[in-house]
Amino acid sequence: MPRIINVLLVTSLILIPALILTSCSSESGPRQKQIPDIVDFNFHIKPILSDRCFTCHGPDANTREAGLRLDTEDGAFAALGEDKDHHAIVPGIPDSSTILDRLTTDNPDEIMPPPASNLTVTEYEVALIRRWIEQGAQWKKHWAFTKPERPEVPAINNPDWANNPIDNFVARRLQQESLQPSPEASPEVLLRRAKFDITGLPPTIEELDAFLNDESPDAYEKALDRFFASPDYGENMAIDWLDASRYADSHGYQDDLERTMWPWRDWVIKAFNENMPYDKFVKWQLAGDLLPEPSMEQLLATGFNRNHKITQEGGVIDEEYRVEYVADRTHTTGTIFLGLTMECARCHDHKYDPLTQKDYFEMFAFFNNVPEQGVIPYGDESKAPKPKIKMSVDDASRMLPFITELKDLDSLEFMIMEDMKEGRQAYILGRGQYDNHQDSVSAGTPSFLPGMTDNLPRNRLGFAEWLISPENPLTARVAVNRIWQSLFGTGIVSTPDDFGNQGALPTHPELLDWLAVEFRESGWNVQGMQKLIMMSAVYRQKSVASEEHLERDPENQLLARGPRYRLPAELIRDNALAVSGLLVKKLGGPSVKPYQPEGLWAETTSLQGLRRYVIDSGDKLYRKSLYTFWKRTLPPPAMMTFDAAARDLCSVKRQKTSTPLQALVLLNDPQIIEASRVFAEKLLKNEALEDTDKLKHAFRKITSRLPDEQETQLLHQILADNIEKFSGAEEDTKAFLAVGEATYDEDQDLPKLAALTVAVSAIFNTYEAVMKS
Amino acid sequence: MEKELLEFNCSLNRRHFLSKMSVGIGSLALASLLNPKSLLGKEKESNVASGITGILDSPHFAPKAKRVIYLFQSGGPSHLELFDYKPLLRERNGEELPDSVRNGQRLTGMTSGQDSFPLAGSQYDFQQHGKSGMWISELLPYTAKIADELCVIRSMYTEAINHDPAITFFQTGSQQPGRPSIGSWLSYGLGSMNENLPGFCVLLSRGTGRPQGQPLYSRLWGNGFLHSLHQGVQFRSGKDPVLYLKNPPGVSRTDRRQMLNSLTQLNEISHQKFGDPEIVSRIAQYEMAYRMQTSVPETMDLSSEPESVFRMYGPDSVVPGTFAANCLLARRLIERDVRFIQLYHMGWDQHESLPSQIAGQARDVDQASAALVLDLKQRGLLDDTLVIWGGEFGRTNYSQGKLTKTNYGRDHHPRCFSIWMAGGGVKAGFTYGKTDEFGYNIVENPVHVHDFHATLLHLLGIDHEKLVFKHQGRRFRLTDVHGHIVKDILA
Repeated sequence: MPRIINVLLVTSLILIPALILTSCSSESGPRQKQIPDIVDFNFHIKPILSDRCFTCHGPDANTREAGLRLDTEDGAFAALGEDKDHHAIVPGIPDSSTILDRLTTDNPDEIMPPPASNLTVTEYEVALIRRWIEQGAQWKKHWAFTKPERPEVPAINNPDWANNPIDNFVARRLQQESLQPSPEASPEVLLRRAKFDITGLPPTIEELDAFLNDESPDAYEKALDRFFASPDYGENMAIDWLDASRYADSHGYQDDLERTMWPWRDWVIKAFNENMPYDKFVKWQLAGDLLPEPSMEQLLATGFNRNHKITQEGGVIDEEYRVEYVADRTHTTGTIFLGLTMECARCHDHKYDPLTQKDYFEMFAFFNNVPEQGVIPYGDESKAPKPKIKMSVDDASRMLPFITELKDLDSLEFMIMEDMKEGRQAYILGRGQYDNHQDSVSAGTPSFLPGMTDNLPRNRLGFAEWLISPENPLTARVAVNRIWQSLFGTGIVSTPDDFGNQGALPTHPELLDWLAVEFRESGWNVQGMQKLIMMSAVYRQKSVASEEHLERDPENQLLARGPRYRLPAELIRDNALAVSGLLVKKLGGPSVKPYQPEGLWAETTSLQGLRRYVIDSGDKLYRKSLYTFWKRTLPPPAMMTFDAAARDLCSVKRQKTSTPLQALVLLNDPQIIEASRVFAEKLLKNEALEDTDKLKHAFRKITSRLPDEQETQLLHQILADNIEKFSGAEEDTKAFLAVGEATYDEDQDLPKLAALTVAVSAIFNTYEAVMKS
Repeated sequence: MEKELLEFNCSLNRRHFLSKMSVGIGSLALASLLNPKSLLGKEKESNVASGITGILDSPHFAPKAKRVIYLFQSGGPSHLELFDYKPLLRERNGEELPDSVRNGQRLTGMTSGQDSFPLAGSQYDFQQHGKSGMWISELLPYTAKIADELCVIRSMYTEAINHDPAITFFQTGSQQPGRPSIGSWLSYGLGSMNENLPGFCVLLSRGTGRPQGQPLYSRLWGNGFLHSLHQGVQFRSGKDPVLYLKNPPGVSRTDRRQMLNSLTQLNEISHQKFGDPEIVSRIAQYEMAYRMQTSVPETMDLSSEPESVFRMYGPDSVVPGTFAANCLLARRLIERDVRFIQLYHMGWDQHESLPSQIAGQARDVDQASAALVLDLKQRGLLDDTLVIWGGEFGRTNYSQGKLTKTNYGRDHHPRCFSIWMAGGGVKAGFTYGKTDEFGYNIVENPVHVHDFHATLLHLLGIDHEKLVFKHQGRRFRLTDVHGHIVKDILA
């Protein structure tokens, strides 16, 4: 068997994990599974070694047993101990490979993994390892740690189907699995999908009609371009970035006082709207202050690294928390830019990845020179702890001209990054503890990755340059994977926060690399990358799952159908605001306080803390959800119910659950009732519309499609039931209509208005109203 | 076989199964509510009526407790005034804390600058109670009466010295936020026993000792990286006991049922159109929400409780939102088979005016805590219900601020403190662990927070090393990589 196997050949033979692991219960054991003809180290073997063996035979020398390490080629093939005749792995000779004996012995003292670890290796996995050894035990570097090269675009059977190379990669996989791609989604579905993805808002009826009537071949592309050009784009893009950057309006510990970081949030929106290249976006946020003669805007961008929690708790040791903040920056940087779980290497060498504790503290050292306090004072100081910048209204208006509230302010003060002239000495901290100084270290990048070139300064700016250099194997992959995730619900790597040995394998490795290289070579063009993906036939497929799809690929990893998943928390509320006409479109400015159940803050907050949640009135009630005030110790409850990130830590992936509490929010949240009523009143006032048309119109506006006859009938049923209910029940009618601040015309058929409100709210509660499909 | 894998495959099969259905999903939805196993044909009798099914097929060993009520005393109650009798401190009242005792121990920033660390003896007397002669303070007369039910641990210790990290540590096993709370782990592991109420309920109250003095954080009952179904649901006094529970004004329960019937049909049509198994789950969620709309107010409504019960729990128990009323609610939730009920009583942070403040705090909780234990016992529920009482750390034996004849304060003290447990599987009338004569260091049987968690899980039939969730490539546990079961306290 040749030691070098063509990459394309290998990946073409890879079965994705979902299809390999098809046993159905722990009792029945693995169902018969086919061992692939060619076993690949990265895709079949290393996941087993990493998950079940590395804890004791991996990178961390302090916990390594029997001197055996299986995370490096040398280690895995080395002779065992004193005994020169024994080897864990002997390429080509399974019978001489002691690893197989240890994995299969009946002796409880010999069996690996040891019973105390609560880990086991299945028969199938042993068979995989055996086959791999038979085939010569070819070792490979971890896929994500080698520089991506642009792979050749594969030829496919159905070239006409492909719109761009993305489709070739996906179609090739589908062909191997004998699956057919789905046909293109209907224009309504497609427009809804695209508009939510780009702007976070549903298409209007006018947009739907125009799109349905536009027969020009580039109708879809024109629609995309229009959406990209709208300022809604930047707001929608900001949502994920705020999660990743753990943005909040409060400090996050104990009394959890207010902070002013919204100018940074608005800069993010602006940067996305300008389609700032990702490399510049990264550089400014990591090191804007270190650029030559930094502009106000470049300084503002560095607020990114100050979004972590900060404590005010009396009695806390300052240095302990200062170290915690530096650690937070290190972890956030690791997750967001490198897809590395840096935090695992804070107390000891990483158990799975080649990251040493020294690597950790060398990277830590980049973020360790900020003239900051661990414990910040109460009072005005706390809104913008040092280092900070004070900006005049004029400067702010020049930089963020879209913020209309600026004229009401004297000046703006917010946190930024700064390095002290004399840097702090960084140390390896024993067990990660702030006062346990061990060897001193200086700033540096993880030693297993290509190093910083000599010309780069050893500070955050140099670090940022290193991140975006073409030699860095991770940055582009991690970024395009997140873009992909934002459009398909799941990344090509389904663990966007972990590209290491324990992370998920890419479902389409070559596609990921192709996209990564394309992204970098396009000048890190974010919109360009999004548009490329959205123009693909893959993205434009119908998302209805057939029986075969559900059977063969329930998670849609092969992409034989389009994306379908629940909208994020923000977009569910924004959809209701938008279709009802309540939405106030205004960019940026201080965070707002929409409806929230009474007394929640006071119940858990001390006298010093943010106790009073005073619900705003007027326009501020109806801003997009990304502007809702974020108090970390008690985040907006309705949004948390829909899996918004808590913003305590960097988070690059949200859950998409469905729970009874979500039903309660959609049924009873005054925001939804009010939006239903405002929408219902518009329908009622439109005398040109028959009742049936009113209901159809409402359904279409909320779900972007017309209801069928059965559905229309059911909506009629709701309307009729409730007209009956509210007629003559004046008190109930008035009480129901009084929900929400928006007023209504009392001189109309109020029972009917109430009934129509119920019908509209029912539509907001349907499956399709909360889905992107 | 790996649990994660099992979970993955279960979901795969569930989806597969559901995709085969096109009719009658409404009735099926109910049975399948969050209970993938019933769809796998793996249904067990005990699971039929249950809500959320846990990841464990069955407990690792026979559980001693099925349910837990955790009466968390937030702020750090002083062990020296409540459970850990130290006559030496009175004898040497005002003398300096010997260096040999302090032994370089870290202090908080609130007292590390003090010139003097005068020992402060308790202003309150202790007496021995019950068959075991357990020392309990005069501040807790009702608790003293149930001494024979209590298992007091006097040798708890923690790693954190400030509230936020210490409470977060106690509730999640980690000082920094982001991990699931105890109740979430239990929900994830064991599932829920009730299909009308959440399996993990949270009740808050404020103490009179230091009113408004202290915050809490909703992350303490958060699900961290576990599924949101496992998050704690706060039950509040007042008109909307669970957020968004109440129908809008003017909409009755009948109206709501009618609308939901039509909505279910709309969703069924969607299911036919799109074949997404999530729709079945969604229908079930709406049904549970609907049931909660009656089961929650019914549980919160104390009007059916006889006068004798209110007398037992004390005068506060008629005032909604007090600790006493919450204890009574906890008993009602236990009766309805809610697995984990987490109470928080705030205000135990006596940096100053300790003698007067702590008297109020103790009065807030003493009668109702004891009544809860007795009430459960009378109803035959104490055998398989574990009640826990305690805070996040203890307090210093020296005075924070000036020591006078009648007044002193105490700073945070993580090195030793006392908690108690009662019922489900712990020894009754038993005292465990010992501190030195100064009430400063542990001299016998130290119990770390991780040990406490390991023991708690053990009592519920869970091996703490085997209840894991893989997140970011690492297997997380409530006990991280630590924890030993405190076997000596097991009945």
